Amino acid sequence: MSLSDIGRVPILRLGDTLVTGLLSELDDTSAMALAEELTARIAEDGARGVLIDISRVQVIDSFVARALMELSTMAQLLGARVIVAGMSPSVAVTLVELGIDLSGVETALDAERGMAALGWSQTSAPPRTRAADGKAA
Amino acid sequence: MADSADGPAECQVRTEEDLLTARHAVRAATQRLGFSLVDQTRIVTAASELARNAFVHGGGGVLRIEVLRRGGGRGLRLTVRDDGPGIDDLDGALTDGFTTGGGLGHGLGGARRLMHEFDVYSTPGEGTTVTAVRWTDR
Repeated sequence: MSLSDIGRVPILRLGDTLVTGLLSELDDTSAMALAEELTARIAEDGARGVLIDISRVQVIDSFVARALMELSTMAQLLGARVIVAGMSPSVAVTLVELGIDLSGVETALDAERGMAALGWSQTSAPPRTRAADGKAA
Repeated sequence: MADSADGPAECQVRTEEDLLTARHAVRAATQRLGFSLVDQTRIVTAASELARNAFVHGGGGVLRIEVLRRGGGRGLRLTVRDDGPGIDDLDGALTDGFTTGGGLGHGLGGARRLMHEFDVYSTPGEGTTVTAVRWTDR
């Protein structure tokens, strides 16, 4: 994967929410490019919420942390709420030891909880299970 | 493990792409040594901070990765050397919030906290060398 491809992560729109996920490697240019693209999309799509799944990200150093903080601040200025979801425990430990408190960045344990915080919930219908399918037949 | 896999490795840190290559090399070394996932992340993150310092402030440099042995434990030593302007205010540079670049100012001091041993040698005008070690058994 070349450097220029790494930052090209798809940004999906679900209603008034934008959803994106970072890949395992994030270089400086991609981090800044993503912040710019997301802020542009917030304005274009009138998004009120942004979910960034980082469950695959293995390293967050001070530069990437700063990019996430700036992105959150920019999004807030545009009236959108950013939730960074799925940080791995080892990344969380390392960020604290590095001395970064990610102040201003809202987080969630996983993407599902992040979406719930943004007002998305599962439908009231219970999830289908094999047993339920069997009974329905 | 083959002896050759244990020998020192060097990565150039001249471009932004080199930063990723350097991180991969450090990650692979931590995995070969059997570091825990949290330790792997600590060491790779420290390497990322030091390599970026060399790239941004030192105009490029070299990262050396060495395997150390002592008693029953093993260690990984990172040495990042650049030929840049050096650091005028070393105490300041190790203090959180001090930055002359675009970061958060946690790079050097943060990297020190992530590792067990940490030394900085810098001569104004002649560059900077940072060595950092983390052991498996401490």
